[in-house]
Amino acid sequence: MSTPAPVVELRGVHKQFGRGGVVALEGIDLEVGACEFVSLIGPSGCGKSTLLRIVGDLTEPTSGEVVVNGKSARQARVDRDYGIVFQDAVLYDWRTVAKNIALPLEMLGWDRRRRAERVEEMLELVELTGFEGHHPWQLSGGMQQRVSIARALSFDPALLLMDEPFGALDEMTRERLNMELLRIWEQAESTIVFVTHSIAEAVFLSSRVVVMSPRPGRIASVVPVDLGRPRTVETREEPRFFELVTEVRELLRAGGVDLAAAPEEVEAEA
Amino acid sequence: MSTAPTAVQPLPRGSLAQSVGRRARDWAPAAIVFVVGIALWEGLVRGLDVERFLLPPLSDILQTFWEQRDTFVSAGLFTFKEALGGFAIGSAAGFVVALALARWKPLGTALMPYAIAANAIPIIAFAPITNNWFGILSPASKMVIAAVICFFPVLINTLRGLTSVPPPAIELMRSYAAGEAEIFRRVRIPHALPYIFSALKVATVLAMIGAIVGDYFGGSDQALGILIRRSAGIFAFEEAWAAILVACVLGIAFYGAVALVERFTMGWHVSARGRE
Amino acid sequence: MLRRALVFVAVLVGLVGLYEGYKWLWETAGFTWPFVVDDRTMPHTWDIVGQLFEPSRTNGPLLVEVLWDAALFTAKEAAVGFALGATAGFLIAVLLVHFTFLRRGILPYIVASQTVPILAIAPMVVVWLGGRGLPTWFPVSVIAAYLTFFPVTINALRGLESADPRALELMESYAAGRWSVLWKLRVPASLPYLFAAFKISATACVVGAIIGELPASIQDGLGGAILNFNQYYASSPESLWATNLIAALLGIAFFLVVVGLERLVVRAAPEELT
Repeated sequence: MSTPAPVVELRGVHKQFGRGGVVALEGIDLEVGACEFVSLIGPSGCGKSTLLRIVGDLTEPTSGEVVVNGKSARQARVDRDYGIVFQDAVLYDWRTVAKNIALPLEMLGWDRRRRAERVEEMLELVELTGFEGHHPWQLSGGMQQRVSIARALSFDPALLLMDEPFGALDEMTRERLNMELLRIWEQAESTIVFVTHSIAEAVFLSSRVVVMSPRPGRIASVVPVDLGRPRTVETREEPRFFELVTEVRELLRAGGVDLAAAPEEVEAEA
Repeated sequence: MSTAPTAVQPLPRGSLAQSVGRRARDWAPAAIVFVVGIALWEGLVRGLDVERFLLPPLSDILQTFWEQRDTFVSAGLFTFKEALGGFAIGSAAGFVVALALARWKPLGTALMPYAIAANAIPIIAFAPITNNWFGILSPASKMVIAAVICFFPVLINTLRGLTSVPPPAIELMRSYAAGEAEIFRRVRIPHALPYIFSALKVATVLAMIGAIVGDYFGGSDQALGILIRRSAGIFAFEEAWAAILVACVLGIAFYGAVALVERFTMGWHVSARGRE
Repeated sequence: MLRRALVFVAVLVGLVGLYEGYKWLWETAGFTWPFVVDDRTMPHTWDIVGQLFEPSRTNGPLLVEVLWDAALFTAKEAAVGFALGATAGFLIAVLLVHFTFLRRGILPYIVASQTVPILAIAPMVVVWLGGRGLPTWFPVSVIAAYLTFFPVTINALRGLESADPRALELMESYAAGRWSVLWKLRVPASLPYLFAAFKISATACVVGAIIGELPASIQDGLGGAILNFNQYYASSPESLWATNLIAALLGIAFFLVVVGLERLVVRAAPEELT
């Protein structure tokens, strides 16, 4: 029985900024399978955001191969095979919630009726029905991020790239949105590559946690997460959860991350 | 698991009485000052009788206006046409050039400081030259002055608005494989609207000034500026002030019209949101 | 540094090129719209510059000397006007920031005042202030001051109000008096806004000074020079153009002075108060 082709393949990816500049990424080899949830975790400077951008063809690798959905990263971007969610919701102030979600659909040339239907579906998905006519500034941070996720999923991309989407939110909202995200992920059957600073979040959400180390950015190791699904609030209290969190933490330390240093390095949670 | 929405700002609502009440509270001090001011004007000027010939009582000015309203209105319209024409040409040109400079970034960054410096040139001083081009009586000479005065502020502000979009907002569009034209249409221009309107409001005032003051170097008899200058010259101050009043009213109306358009197109902007 | 100089030269050459190119094209093709182009309506750039080094009248001083003196005269009027207007504007803003009733009551009129073309009132101002033992150019400075105070007031107000509320709370916790809050917190916070206003005012006061000289019939400044050479336009169009060139340079010079001051002051000011 053949396994389905991986959605993302990175082989020997190398990224250097400028001639003789900072080496952001070195020798990255990674595969992300269909319907997987993969987290990238590491301290600032380990290149995880750069890696995400390379997958999204928002920046080019200096060398190496990037295959997304069986095509080059550029082709995947042109074909709009992925949706992206940034840490800042990046909603356009002059558009209502509905129009923000409809933005990629407009660009794809969908007609008005189809757009309206899909916007309704997405609002239901992220549980924001009734907020179509609101403007971004009228929403809380968590709600804005949900709109951002709705927008990213509105055109059914195979792949969802998320760059610390919940980083700016408080812990309770974040945990709640984690649950939301998992529900959405299962319902939409998408593949997610998720960048985060939070060990607990990475372990809670993922099928695999990719631990990265800085200077130069490298994959230190990959931790498979064998917690059962669906994950619930109780999952965070299981002994296995703590074991995995500890394992990731140890790997981060081994990779040269000083956990006793300034808090911007890595959040030691759970 | 339901997620109750938190910290949502309500859409501005409330009964009509409430919003009227709020408005009244905001504007009451200004209204009071207005009434007091008018009263003082009438009272002091009549009472002191000092510079009465320089600043006549408001009632006298209004009366003079009424008696010769045809002259004043037609002079006002004549000058307003010059201002409007200059405003339209200058703003349109400023907008178009800003689009071009935003599209070709290196050109834009190189030329921006020059546009800012050019904005510091006293354009009105060029009125004698435009008079020589188009003839003293032609409205075109003042229109050109007004147009050039409006061009630079609109150019500078529009360019700033077009190029100050936060990078993530552009990256988002790139993730949708959007071309430059689409990025302009969907992101840069909407983002620039507040800047553009801010410049347009300033431009209305500048255009009026350009049209009126341009007349100081010579102009048609039918123009407001000439009317003011001549009336002041023969010490007919009621006429002069009546003409100035017309200029004020036209200026405020012009500004207000642009502000209204702004309200309609940009209801979403910070300045339109109610104070918490 | 070199690159900036090159860009400057390129822009200059580009502008001259555009001007001369337009002139050549219109003259050769004989277009009459928007206006007829000849040596009278559009003198050559080199003739204009050259005119500066000709005597301004027979056996008189060089044009450039005359214009230099005129420029200095106008500059003096403009500078006095700027100083008056900026001070008044700032003081008004300080008043308005402390007394909300005044703010609500007066601000609309301050805004509306700008629609009164002061330059239209210039004749009246000149008559009013004339003959009181003040120098004849003083009314011109008043006009320049009027044009200056508005941007300064508006921006100073915005700047004084822009102090970070948390910093304000901190000052309150020190039981700091209004005066301290003003000088230690609000004023530094308002500096960027002030300088933005000063840049506008720099231009405005020069315009005010030039135009204000006209009803005041002042011969010594650039406004007077423009009127003067306008009369001789038929015989020497280059002189008027040269005068305008100097006027343009004066405006730019004032602007650059403010920009330079800004670099000095705002760089040095502590920024952590915002």
